[in-house]
Order: sequence, then structure tokens, then C-alpha cells
Amino acid sequence: MAALTPLIETPLIETPLIETRALSRAFGGLKAVDAVDFRLEAGEIRAIIGPNGAGKTTLVGLICGRIAPSSGTVLFQGRDITRLPAHARVMAGIAYTFQITSIFPRLSVYDNVALPVQRRLQAQGRVHQAALDAGVAEALDKVGLAGRAGVPAGDLAYGHQRLLELAMGLALKPRLLILDEPTQGLSDGEIENFVALIRDIAREATVLLIEHNMQVVMALAHRITVMNAGRILAEGTPDAIRADKAVQDAYLGTKADD
Amino acid sequence: MNGRSASARIWLLHLAVIAALAAAGFLLPEYHRGVFSRVLVLAVFAMGYNLLLGYAGLLSLGHAMFFAAGLYGAGLPLYHLGWGAPAAFAAGVAAAGLLALATGALALRTVGVAFMIVTMMFAQVVYLTSLYFTTWTRGEEGLVLSPASRRIELGDTVLSLTDPATRYALALVLFSIVLLLSLRLVRSPFGRTLAGIRENEERMRMLGYDVFRAKLTAMAVSGLACGAAGAAYGLLFGYVGSGFASIQYSILPLLWVLVGGAATTLGPLIGAAFMFYVIDYASGLTTAWLVLVGAALIFTVLFFPKGILGTARERWLKWLP
Repeated sequence: MAALTPLIETPLIETPLIETRALSRAFGGLKAVDAVDFRLEAGEIRAIIGPNGAGKTTLVGLICGRIAPSSGTVLFQGRDITRLPAHARVMAGIAYTFQITSIFPRLSVYDNVALPVQRRLQAQGRVHQAALDAGVAEALDKVGLAGRAGVPAGDLAYGHQRLLELAMGLALKPRLLILDEPTQGLSDGEIENFVALIRDIAREATVLLIEHNMQVVMALAHRITVMNAGRILAEGTPDAIRADKAVQDAYLGTKADD
Repeated sequence: MNGRSASARIWLLHLAVIAALAAAGFLLPEYHRGVFSRVLVLAVFAMGYNLLLGYAGLLSLGHAMFFAAGLYGAGLPLYHLGWGAPAAFAAGVAAAGLLALATGALALRTVGVAFMIVTMMFAQVVYLTSLYFTTWTRGEEGLVLSPASRRIELGDTVLSLTDPATRYALALVLFSIVLLLSLRLVRSPFGRTLAGIRENEERMRMLGYDVFRAKLTAMAVSGLACGAAGAAYGLLFGYVGSGFASIQYSILPLLWVLVGGAATTLGPLIGAAFMFYVIDYASGLTTAWLVLVGAALIFTVLFFPKGILGTARERWLKWLP
């Protein structure tokens, strides 16, 4: 028993949902992500901002497993997932939606969402048609595409395709939903809708989003991580980031005219 | 139309096709019944190929090796070891399944053109192997399976595989089983998984699918069906030769599936029957029959770019699986 005592006396620090330690990825000579220590707590909405080429997409790519790191580790709920292939990370609870809409254009909207739902059901056992239908209806309802289930996904308007992509992510019922520039190319009205939707999603999942639209970032994010040249430049609440001199110089300053 | 009645209509259509083929067994003249016995077995080969090409989107140029694995897997033990027809059939199917797993595990590391070339190389290895071991296979000349060995004993009844009516019936049974299984498969979650991989492999990975594993499963199932066709072909028609392992038999299923309609359940049957009759008719007219076959293919591609059933589905029958 004596050996266990120190463990019990250690104060309980909540394990972050995601933690990266000295995570790096180089493409040739370019250090796209350079020794990044990043922590994301469960329940947050976190935005990653930064100029183009700052390493945002590479960082989330390393977290969800689309990109292999050059060095460093990724922990998910305290467990080392650095060597876990992307599909296994998805099953562990990390869902990723693509920057460039990535759906199955020739399959129906129903089938697009049925694919993630059946994957989740398979992991729990057999796929029953009723459970599949219910899962698809739930995800489509949430994004407001319930009436379009029979339409080929490629026939949807662009804004609706973005919503479908989101529905596919939701259908996995992830713990962490990574959104790479979700509002890119959407109209103001659609963006408003999207913000409300993401707030709603955040009640069930932790949300990590890369976003260029500062209004969206300020409206949604609990905390903001600012990246520049592969490193984390600053991190804090929206107000703190807005006031940060270094951030203004590197990024926000260039957008002062907005 | 709701899902259930659409589903009922699809199953009814397939059962009706099987019933029509069963009736044809009694109605067709002797010659055409013989042709159809072959076409039904070759359609099984095409259905196996279609699973990979049409549904999983993988273009293999080496499927002759699975047909040949079935053919030799059944023919060699029957010829040399005196195995009974049912055991020989099972051996052929198993040989093709194992070959598909082994070649798939390696070939599926590649995609696109590289996959085509790697599968073609593997098939070439199988072809050359069948020529190399001439002592057992008699190479190009092949083995003729004796009528006495080609029979199935069911209690007191003995089915002779040399009897044309029995041959047709058995070919139809095999065809029906593979057709209904493939219909069930493509309408199952696994069929949807394959369609997803065909359409957008990267997205599938990010939806949690082990894409390699799904493709390997598809390859194994495809190999099993093609092996069943090869084994049945050898047992029913009594000949096992290297010609069936040649590149021609890798191209033919591709042709049948493209002509009939890739990713349609009944396209392989239509493609195999159509090509068989076009070749049959053309070679009766002239020695330059390949010209006529070529013209028929050009005609089909012009007017049915997605194959006969594929184009019919696009234009008129959207509910076809």
C-alpha cells in the first residue's frame, strides 16, 4: 500500500482532452508545426487563428491523424495516440470536417450521413435499419437538411453541402469535433445559422475550429490560440487576445480595416 | 415510394429473372441452353469482378488468376487425387479466396494504374506457373476431366455433370446463389462502405473506416465468387487448361461488366450473354469476326456509355440496384 500513497496524495489535475508535447512537422525544410505544446480542455470551444501558412491546418491534421508528425507526441484524454492511424482516432472520438468540402457527391444525402452513423453503430455491434434511420434523421434534423435526404449530395447548394459535411461529423457523436474553416464561402445569413449550430453542438462535444472570420471567432470561442510560423504566438480569452500587442502586430493588425 | 416497397420490387425483379432463367432451361433449344450454361457460369465470374470494379471502384487486370485458381484448385485434386466433385469445388473456391487475400494484401498497397499493373503481374505469375508445372497441368493442352469423375452423389441419386439439363440446372443454382448474395451485399452497410470508398476514400478514413481492410474484404469476396465460377466451369465442362489463366480472361470480365453496366447487379449477366452471342454470331459470319465484335463494342459505348443496364438506370429505371 505504501507505494500507492504518493499517487493518492497527488492533487487531481483534470486531464486535458487533447495535449500535444513538442509536436513538430516539417515539410522539406519548412517547419509547418514547430515544437508545439498545445492543450485543449474538454467542453471548450477553441478557435485557432493565424495568418495563412501559420500551421493551423497542419496542427489539426496532426491531432486527427491525417498527417504524421516528424517528432513529438499527441495525447487524447491522457492516452498517447501518436501512432494511432486516423481511422482509429475517429473511432476514439475525434471527428474532422474538411476545409474543402469533402462529401460523397454521387451518393444521396441519406447515404452520406448513413456512412458515419453505421460506422458508429458497427463499433457498438450490429447495424439495425431502424437505428440507422434514426441516427441519420437526428443528424440531418440538427443541421436542417431533413427534407433533402433523397437528393444526391452533389446537387445541394454549396452552403447546404457545408451543413451536410457538419452533419456527417455530428453523426459520429464525437468527443472532439474539429472544424477547418467551416464558414468559408458562406453568406452572412448562413454564417449566423452556423454560429448558432456550433453553439448547440458544443453542449455535447468539444469544438476546435480554425477560422478566419473574426466575428465568428469572437462570437464562439471560449479561448483562442494564435499561431504564427508554426508556433503558438499567444493563447487566451477573446478579450485578452484582442488586447495582445504581439497578436495585433502579427495578425489582427493586418485586418484593422475590417 | 417508401423503402420497404422499393426493396420488395428489387427482390421481386431478381427472383423473376431467376424464374425466367429456370423456365428457359426447359424452353430453350439444345444449342442455346448449352450456351446459357456457360454464360451463367461466366456471369458469376463477371459478378465477382463487378463487386470490385463497380462497387469498390478497384480496376483489376488480373482476375484470370482467381478464375484459374478455382479451375485448377478443383481440377487438379479431381484429376490427380480422385476427389469427388463437391470436395473439388470447395477446394477451388478456397484456393481462389486464399489467393485473393494474399495478392490483395500486397496489391492493395497501390492504387489506380499501379494497382492494375500489380494485379496483372500476379495473374501473369499464376499463368506462367500453370505452364511451368506441365507434368501436372499439361500446360496449354490442359487436362480433360473424365465424365466418370464429374458426378455428384446425393444419397441414391447420382447427378452426372455431363448431362446438359443437369449442367444448366447447376449453373443456374450457382448463378442464383451468387446473384442473391451480391444483391444482399451491395444493399448492406458493407455495400454502402464500398460505395463510399469508391467515391471518396479520404473522407471514409476520416469517418473512421479502415479502408484497407474493407478493400481486402471486397477483394476476398470477389476472389471467392470468381473462384466458384472457375471451379464450376472446370467441373461442368470437363476441361482445365492454361488458356483460362491468360490475360484474355482478365480482360473479358472487365468487358462484360462495362458492357452490361458496372455497379448494377444484373449487368454482368447481360454483358456476358451479349458478348457471348456477339462473338458467336460474328464468328459464324466471317473469319474477321473481331472487326464485328469491335463495332458492337463501339456501338454500345456510344449509345450506352455506362453499359446497357447502367444507362437504362440513369435514363429510365432509377430504382435498379
